[in-house]
Amino acid sequence: MIRATHELHDRRRGRNFGLGLILMAFVGIVFGMTIVKVGGGQDVLGTGMVNTEAGQ
Amino acid sequence: MTDTSLHTSAQEPSRSTEPELKDYFALLKPRVMSLVVFTALVGLLVAPVPVHPFIVFTSVLFIAIGGGASGALNMWWDADIDRIMRRTQKRPIPAGKVNAGEALGLGLALSGLSVMMLALASNIFAGALLAFTIFFYVVIYTMWLKRWTPQNIVIGGAAGAFPPMIGWAVATGGVSIESVLMFSLIFIWTPPHFWSLALFMKSDYDEAKVPMLTVTHGHDATRRHILGYTILLAACSLGLVFTSIGGPAYLATALVMNFRFLVGAWKVFKRSTAQAEADADGEEKRFFKLSLWYLFLHFTALLVDAALRGLGLWGGFA
Repeated sequence: MIRATHELHDRRRGRNFGLGLILMAFVGIVFGMTIVKVGGGQDVLGTGMVNTEAGQ
Repeated sequence: MTDTSLHTSAQEPSRSTEPELKDYFALLKPRVMSLVVFTALVGLLVAPVPVHPFIVFTSVLFIAIGGGASGALNMWWDADIDRIMRRTQKRPIPAGKVNAGEALGLGLALSGLSVMMLALASNIFAGALLAFTIFFYVVIYTMWLKRWTPQNIVIGGAAGAFPPMIGWAVATGGVSIESVLMFSLIFIWTPPHFWSLALFMKSDYDEAKVPMLTVTHGHDATRRHILGYTILLAACSLGLVFTSIGGPAYLATALVMNFRFLVGAWKVFKRSTAQAEADADGEEKRFFKLSLWYLFLHFTALLVDAALRGLGLWGGFA
């Protein structure tokens, strides 16, 4: 008997859904890091040069 | 991660089911990750340089992911002996849930990602230190030392000792006596911790032909080594008291826990194999459990002292 969905599909759906959440969280982290770094005038590249204009 | 495989061999059994996300998560050794998170967080928070809470969160997250990546690479390389040892038979690769090639791909991808993101979140030195830690654990320990020398645990323990040093580097951008001593604390703690485990998990390492000290030099030599390292550990632990991160909570913890740990190591040292077999390794199991508390309480005490300093309740011994 052919079924529309199989247990295998459920597993894949769960995995893809989880991966989607992880990717969204990653985007959120990169966004948050950008806000903190730019807002705080921190040294984004670790070069020792700080963007002092950002805080003005 | 689903249909492609970077590494397949004739001996490798194909996975029996479609893997779930939790199977990939299990490749990252979550229990080891929790120790990495805790010690890295302490290393970061006790540092004298304040760090933005979001950077603390992301840095510790990427240190944990780096630790997890090295765990996945360890499972990829050690899949053959993981199938033999009882303790590791349920890991995703020997259990047939994930292919070895998938573990390799996941480990490499997360290694690169974590190092790059930590360098961006904090500084390049911290990122480089994380990269070195992954290299040390995977290449130096897993691929080289683990199956070659009974000192595998001693040198390999360095990989697990780096996280507080990385945490400190995130905040300060460098290395200092405090971070070196936090590293040393875990580094010297690792041999007695693992050798006490090996004393009562002996058949596992025997069958997998891993040259654990208990296998190559016998139990009496292992007991002597445990005592020797515990004495060294006490000196290292008390040394931290006199640095800028030591305080009353740490002093009290170090005194109590080192006394208990030394007594435990002495009891293990005085026993013969026959005595250990008679009570099903009771003393060895107690010592192993105590070793877990030892490290946890030391790092918790460092955190308490940092909080006391932050509240202005403690100004240091100097």
